[in-house]
Amino acid sequence: MDLNFTSDEQAFRAEVRAWIHEALPEDLAVKARASAQFTHDELMRWHEILAAKGWVAPAWPKPFGGPGFSAAERFIFNEELELAGTPPLSPFGLVMVGPLIQRFGTDAQRERFLPKILSGEEVWCQGYSEPNAGSDLASLRMSAEDRGDHFVVNGQKTWTTYAQYADWIFCLVRTNAAGKKQSGISFLLIDMRSKGVEARPMLTISHSPAFCDTFFDNVEVPKANLLGPIDGGWTLAKALLGHERTLVGSPGLVRRWLRLAREIATAQVGDDGRPLVEDPHWSRRFAELEMRLRAHQVTIYRALSEQLKGRHPGPETSILKIVGTDLIQRVGELCMELMGHDALAWLPEPGVVPANEAWVGPSFCYDRAATIYAGSNEIQRNIIAKHILQLPSA
Amino acid sequence: MDFDLNEDQQLLAKTVADFCKTRSPVSRFRELRDADGRGWDAATWQQMGELGWLGVAFPEDVGGLEACFIEVALILEQLGKSLVPEPYLASVVLGGYALALAGDPAQRERWLAPMVEGETSLALAWAEAGARFDPTRVSCTATPSAGGFVLSGAKRFVLNGHAADQLIVSAMTPDGLALFVVDADAPKLTRTSLGLIDGQRGAHLQLEGVAVEADRRLAAAPAAEVLGRVLDYGAAGAVAEGLGVASAMLDLTTEYLGTREQFGVKIGSFQALQHRAVDMFIEVALLRSMSMEAMVRADEPGPERSAAVSAAKHQLGIGGQFVSRQSVQLHGGIGVTDEHDIGLYFKRMQALSTICGDATHHAQRYASAAGESVPISPAS
Repeated sequence: MDLNFTSDEQAFRAEVRAWIHEALPEDLAVKARASAQFTHDELMRWHEILAAKGWVAPAWPKPFGGPGFSAAERFIFNEELELAGTPPLSPFGLVMVGPLIQRFGTDAQRERFLPKILSGEEVWCQGYSEPNAGSDLASLRMSAEDRGDHFVVNGQKTWTTYAQYADWIFCLVRTNAAGKKQSGISFLLIDMRSKGVEARPMLTISHSPAFCDTFFDNVEVPKANLLGPIDGGWTLAKALLGHERTLVGSPGLVRRWLRLAREIATAQVGDDGRPLVEDPHWSRRFAELEMRLRAHQVTIYRALSEQLKGRHPGPETSILKIVGTDLIQRVGELCMELMGHDALAWLPEPGVVPANEAWVGPSFCYDRAATIYAGSNEIQRNIIAKHILQLPSA
Repeated sequence: MDFDLNEDQQLLAKTVADFCKTRSPVSRFRELRDADGRGWDAATWQQMGELGWLGVAFPEDVGGLEACFIEVALILEQLGKSLVPEPYLASVVLGGYALALAGDPAQRERWLAPMVEGETSLALAWAEAGARFDPTRVSCTATPSAGGFVLSGAKRFVLNGHAADQLIVSAMTPDGLALFVVDADAPKLTRTSLGLIDGQRGAHLQLEGVAVEADRRLAAAPAAEVLGRVLDYGAAGAVAEGLGVASAMLDLTTEYLGTREQFGVKIGSFQALQHRAVDMFIEVALLRSMSMEAMVRADEPGPERSAAVSAAKHQLGIGGQFVSRQSVQLHGGIGVTDEHDIGLYFKRMQALSTICGDATHHAQRYASAAGESVPISPAS
């Protein structure tokens, strides 16, 4: 047993860290230090910088334009980005549909879509949830009707994150109403500029326009845009959910927020006139979160150790989404509590609170989504109960 | 980053698991608990010695196998799964490591070697009234005398103290803290045997001027440092055994949920209970991660060891206890009967949570030592 990264891996970490320090433009670095939320344009600027370095798609295999990182390097790379607070790139092309096109796409689809995902020329969004299909995703109703060389698509998707900036959307659509509901679903790639597509942004509780309702009114989609087999979309959706689950387990984000929490606790003074960080009550709170993060991180390392040996990470990795998102929320809650009266402030009023506190409120609000997206934590528990603990079905 | 056990370690874990399954099911613990005796079996202890388990981490010159604490933890996990009553944690981890770290070669030959063979057993007497979990707040005194020392004072809750042949006792000399090996039959030593919450046994000690020869003082390393390390081994050992306890409880509980019927269906089909079971599964998984880190770092000298051990012991006290308490809850009425095994595990978990420091103690220690830098963090 060896619980340390190799010296090569440590050198890689140092290289990544130094490069981020060099490459992140000063205005973005200022926002990163303040844990601020980035605009779409800022994300895309950072996307282009990473793409030019060849690091924009760390998980892609080399033949598709990835850097050929090992599982350990991938982990280290993502963690360094999170620790530095760099703009979080849109995952829909790079992390979600890209790998699916690699695995299930035709050569023509790979050539058509993958290079533009890498370059950032085409931005993607995800069309899964519908007003009446959330956790019960397989009951989705948006239809794609076969018209010979094309489909005609009608229906509505919701919570389509940043659809207003997207060039393409990947959708689960119903192509067959007969039989089991999972077996009549197909995976369609739809040009957002097609006639009949409309994305209407809505504000989230963090006041960012992150969500959209996206409407499809007799939209014509060429058959060439079907990914995988007709009526076989559920398999792709499941493959993606598995992928998404490991995505959200990364501990760098939590560690950066813990660092911020300590800054706040150092600056904020308690009823006794001393900094909160010196108060045993608060140090116990910090210790509890840090120990929980540590347990989460070692569990990730166990999964990494399996991957490095070419084995499938064990069933315990299915807990990472639940534990990781719970931690993200808990550290946000801690920051809010540490801020005292400052937690009443809201972003549109600049200068009311110290710069490092200004974005805590909106992030704290937005992070409520973490336990809901990518399969709510309740759905994750259903999956573990059924497939791992093998408890009886209702 | 490699969490794989080597071949020898895998084989060891399997051998111990097979032994427990065939030779020491929970029913054996129950029989020994209910019999009038010391609560464990000398022949089984000797067998463990013959198998090499009692000296697995100790040097060759005392008959040990010179492996490391990982092997000790692997054994304890399996012993925990079927509540094996022999005093492995008390005699090998607490008593054994104290002798191994603080004893000179002659002392180790005299007292550690027979324990490694399974001929004798040991106990570490460190806890005192008013000192909670701090091994350096000692009121027992060791007064120099002709040819040795005279020990006076009281020790509490000495695990295996009722049965041990030799007791390693901490006491304050005029020069500071020291460790002594006291014969169980020494004059002026009173041992009061105690039944403990988990059905195991221990003792309170009363020392009223116990004469101890000079060569019974363990002085190969400073006593405070040795006690710090030994109690970390003890905490990491309690975590490993507790991991075995928690995983057995999770198995028993999911099995029960899959068989017990109410309202005409298996109760494991209820979502409220499924989610509870998943939360237990999560805590066992995190406990396993922490136990693995603690068993690897237990042999390290510095603050990395104590941070890893405290985080692990805290997870036992919070996560392990959650699993334990929910296991009883999900068993319903039968879970609070003495007849069902789940209650035996529940009580062992309670004992293991307390032994070598509870969750609050270790959270405080982690808070005062770690600060922002969590040692495993590559970014610290």
